[in-house]
Amino acid sequence: MAQPETPARSTTPHPDALQPVGEPLNSEAGFSGVDVPSEADLYRCVHCGLCLSSCPTYTTLKVETESPRGRIALMRAVHEGRAGISDRIVSHWEMCLQCRACEAVCPSGVPYGRIMEYTRAQTLARDKRGAALKRVDRFFLRGALPHPRRLRLGFQLLRIYQRTGLRRIVRASRLLRLLPGTLRHMEAQLPALREPFFNAGPRVYPAQPRQASGEAAPGTTRTVALLSGCVMPLMQGDTMRAAVRVLTRNGCNVDVPSGQVCCGALNLHAGDLETARRLARRNIDAFLATGAGNEGYRIITASAGCGSNMKEYGELLKNDPQYAEPARRFARMTMDITEFLASLPLEPPGGRVGRRVTYQDPCHLAHAQRITGQPREVLKAIPGLELVEMEASSMCCGGAGFYSMVQPDLSAQILTTKLGNIQATGAEQVVTANPGCMMQIEEGLRSSDGPARARRVSHVVDILDEAYRAEKAPPG
Amino acid sequence: MIFHPEDLLVYEYDGSVDRSMPRAVVLPANEDEVSRTLALAYREGVPVAGRGSGTGLSGGALAAPGGIQISFTRMNRILQVDTENRTATIEPGVINLDLDTHVRKFGMRYAPDPSSQKACSLGGNIAENAGGPHCLAYGTTTNHVLGMRVALEDGAMVNLGSGAREIPGYDLRGVFVGSEGTFGIATRITVRLLPLPETVKTFLGVFPDIDSACSAVSAVIGHGIVPAALEMIDALSIRAVQNVTDAGYPEDAGAVLLIELEGLWEEVDEVSREVESALWETGASDVRVAEEDSERERLWLGRKTAFGAFGTIAPNYYLVDGVVPRTRLTQVLRKVSEVSEKYGIIIANVFHAGDGNLHPCMLFDEREPGVKERAMAGAAELMEYCVEMGGSLSGEHGIGLEKKQFMPLVYTERDMDTMKLVRDAFAPANRLNPGKIFPDGESYEPALQRTPTQVDPGMYV
Repeated sequence: MAQPETPARSTTPHPDALQPVGEPLNSEAGFSGVDVPSEADLYRCVHCGLCLSSCPTYTTLKVETESPRGRIALMRAVHEGRAGISDRIVSHWEMCLQCRACEAVCPSGVPYGRIMEYTRAQTLARDKRGAALKRVDRFFLRGALPHPRRLRLGFQLLRIYQRTGLRRIVRASRLLRLLPGTLRHMEAQLPALREPFFNAGPRVYPAQPRQASGEAAPGTTRTVALLSGCVMPLMQGDTMRAAVRVLTRNGCNVDVPSGQVCCGALNLHAGDLETARRLARRNIDAFLATGAGNEGYRIITASAGCGSNMKEYGELLKNDPQYAEPARRFARMTMDITEFLASLPLEPPGGRVGRRVTYQDPCHLAHAQRITGQPREVLKAIPGLELVEMEASSMCCGGAGFYSMVQPDLSAQILTTKLGNIQATGAEQVVTANPGCMMQIEEGLRSSDGPARARRVSHVVDILDEAYRAEKAPPG
Repeated sequence: MIFHPEDLLVYEYDGSVDRSMPRAVVLPANEDEVSRTLALAYREGVPVAGRGSGTGLSGGALAAPGGIQISFTRMNRILQVDTENRTATIEPGVINLDLDTHVRKFGMRYAPDPSSQKACSLGGNIAENAGGPHCLAYGTTTNHVLGMRVALEDGAMVNLGSGAREIPGYDLRGVFVGSEGTFGIATRITVRLLPLPETVKTFLGVFPDIDSACSAVSAVIGHGIVPAALEMIDALSIRAVQNVTDAGYPEDAGAVLLIELEGLWEEVDEVSREVESALWETGASDVRVAEEDSERERLWLGRKTAFGAFGTIAPNYYLVDGVVPRTRLTQVLRKVSEVSEKYGIIIANVFHAGDGNLHPCMLFDEREPGVKERAMAGAAELMEYCVEMGGSLSGEHGIGLEKKQFMPLVYTERDMDTMKLVRDAFAPANRLNPGKIFPDGESYEPALQRTPTQVDPGMYV
């Protein structure tokens, strides 16, 4: 009969302490400021409960406090002045993965992602966030992600750490035990870097001749911009290169605009709207400066989490007189790479990839962007590839951005369920469309049996690229 | 166990409009813990309410003042599926759709399919005798529960019914199903499973107005056809549904009918021609047939998300669950629009037309002063009218807190006293869900009301 682990930091010792109508608990009750969950959004929830079965934390812990409906009820209680923003209530809000599975199934159309982001902004403004989230925010979300040079340096050090055998020594020496839990978990989760780094612009990768017609027909070439982002080019450089090759192969000049930065999604999820807005404005400047005037110009990303955020720049900057309109324009031009590829007459890949794979729906693709068919369409276009559906493929893997650092235990439990569903398919490889999911599932598969490929999670474009490259090989 | 006041804030509601804060919530892992919790509460004189997923629409899962809840979310194992005898034995916290999905792997199904089936639990289904669109052909929960082990108010365990189809002695199983948690708490349940039909065909009949859709219902049933499901969705509900999902309902329709046929291929083929001609003859502007699973799922998705979708029109709804003879549908629906005008409340209609189970839904924003009272008054008038037309108060959602004041419309004092005698046989101390179903007993007026705040008029509508 255990409750989820929430420290008993009570501010209200007895039911009688809850105040009746119109008498706020204390002066801190209620949300305040500009970035607040709107009343209209909060009251859209009719507490029907249809979200429950889609929520990874509820289905794992089975308590209403860790459900979307419960979290909204707590927001409403705060909004109504029935409860303050206590440590305990914040701990329930921070247990949320922000996977938005509830939003996709909500019959009332409650914009859950948005109200949770504003709620987190409130907890930040009141300095009520949990210690783990604060730490991750300070050192990682603010300290590293928005600073390309710092990030790069960090990853260079990581490369040395992994290459020189220093990692083996550190791990054997039990030095790690001296680290706090969060850092220890982060060390364990450090991915094997897929080198070399992808070097973003300033350059344009030219479109290749189309195979079907033998040459690049002038009318079919267009220019698109690719988000390079923060950690993806450093961690998954090969996927970035695959994305470029797949796009150029499909008649696109691929521009990787200089001056672009991290999209700010994780800052937004942590409630740091200020940093998220700053990054959004820089990206809007960088991307709209280049080819925005051209017909067919699209801003493409291979990261579901970034795409979801970029498509919502309009909401993020709605009160910014200078950027509100460009933000909406930017959002309209943004497309996930699988969404974009499926919208084209895709160059049919001639090479075979004889492999049985299963596809993990990234939350921010399936739930936030409602894109589930397109990645599968792309995969099905690959000769020889067998796509086996896993049970609950759109249930979060527990990665959820920084979640695995802030809530390592629950994240691991959710991952265990996911790994069971993956194994049940008998697939040789897992394919997904988001860097965070790739890292999280890869960490889970690290100890599994089978060939190295079984432990490596690919992006949809990695597989498509593999099929294109296999064309050159002799048949068979 | 959950007892921190801030955590209890999320256990004060279910899917209905009422609220009541429990003193504590117990999450047992097995039958023994249920029994011990009940025994302890009994000794201490604390009332107990069972809670499944909290999706009920009549306040059945809400704790009595000073009472506790037993939440069954962690007792959710499917214990056994007997494919030869077509039964399944489960714990009460199993989700309706999870059971159905599980047994479909063996070519079977669990027939009752409430709209909330992907969230609601079988224990709750038993308490409320839950229905669903397919109950037209297959009956409600009571027709599918074979036996139960039940914990009584003092924690004693008894068996009601058995796995067998026929049972000697009194049919206590039948009395128990639908007793709204006042007789005891089911801790282990054996249900009947049905084989999957050979073929399924779903029709969408599009009508210019409610009246013609109603006559289509009569025409279909008049042909002697018993569809597996026959649902009506009115213009307002179509709009609400299409706001949140594209179910493929034409937005300019006055009403649509969703009709499902299933059975042997030849039989369905023959009946479907009759259904189609009945729809055209009664003035359908379009008839669509879904034969693919994906098309059918899309049509049903709209129906099943309708109640939640009302949230796009107004933040609160009060559902009237009246049942009337099918032949009175047109009359009653006219009355619904009269009531809507008289009280100035928007009313949406999405309901089981085949068995005359209406679900007029009063949509309002309770922060608007006086509106809740107007909605309730309108609902009362509708319920009275349903009873007058030879119908009943509730088809499938239970009486609970929400409709208890309307019971005298249907029953005399003596009728209700007789029901209480049956309850006293199971729960003489009346510790389980006290104050529900009957208009007397304690009041649940919540101590904590929502603080009304100012909203711009017309914000939601």
